[in-house]
Amino acid sequence: MRLSLKYFASLRETLGPGGALDWQPAGEPTAEALRAWLRTQSDAHAQALAPGRAVRVAVDQALADEATPLRDGAEVAFFPPVTGG
Amino acid sequence: MSMASRVRIQEADFDVGAELAALQGDRTDVGAVASFVGCVRGHTTEDDVSALTLEHYPGMTERAIEAMIVEAESRFGVQGALVIHRVGRLLPGERIVLVATMSPHRRDAFQACEFLMDYLKTHAPFWKKETTPEGERWVDARVADDAAAQRWGLASTNAGGGQGGEGGAR
Repeated sequence: MRLSLKYFASLRETLGPGGALDWQPAGEPTAEALRAWLRTQSDAHAQALAPGRAVRVAVDQALADEATPLRDGAEVAFFPPVTGG
Repeated sequence: MSMASRVRIQEADFDVGAELAALQGDRTDVGAVASFVGCVRGHTTEDDVSALTLEHYPGMTERAIEAMIVEAESRFGVQGALVIHRVGRLLPGERIVLVATMSPHRRDAFQACEFLMDYLKTHAPFWKKETTPEGERWVDARVADDAAAQRWGLASTNAGGGQGGEGGAR
């Protein structure tokens, strides 16, 4: 499946802004499965997206959780907890 | 009021008086206009912050705040609302955010304003980076902000909960 991947804040600084991604999920295509697969892509990814780290996910520009299913063409963003206002 | 004009993400400063006057316009059925202005707090005894740099998620940030205003309208007797949030590099004393609400009576305007601010702090994609004498650092999310959002019955695990980790303990 083809996804549009985005990173923000500290994740953008270590992993770059993201971009188009071709991903062949082994099982159910969820946000959690994508995060787990991304961890295998480099040491930086493994560290930034480690299971114990507070990483939030948005799917198609709406806050989501790890179980959220991904559809072909989805925009998926990973970022730290938000700190605006 | 159009949906496009009541949520603005911009680098430029804003004129609070002009914005409040424009929000009310020539309406004569408004009894209360409440507003909140958030400012960059720097050079305090706890933190020697010389600048803040704010980042957002273009598209999602605007959509998230618009949804917050719709929620505020469903909960309170809100006649209109405005949210302006600045991004980019800001110095101590500069304005970061304006939230303004209006209603026939003060209680709804006050509550809607506080609700929007609590919601924004925990659900709108913005990130702050502080510049200090020791260098730059990303600001950690605060569990107290989740608690503030939860007072309104909003599910909020921005800083705490979820996958936990280092963001949740401050």
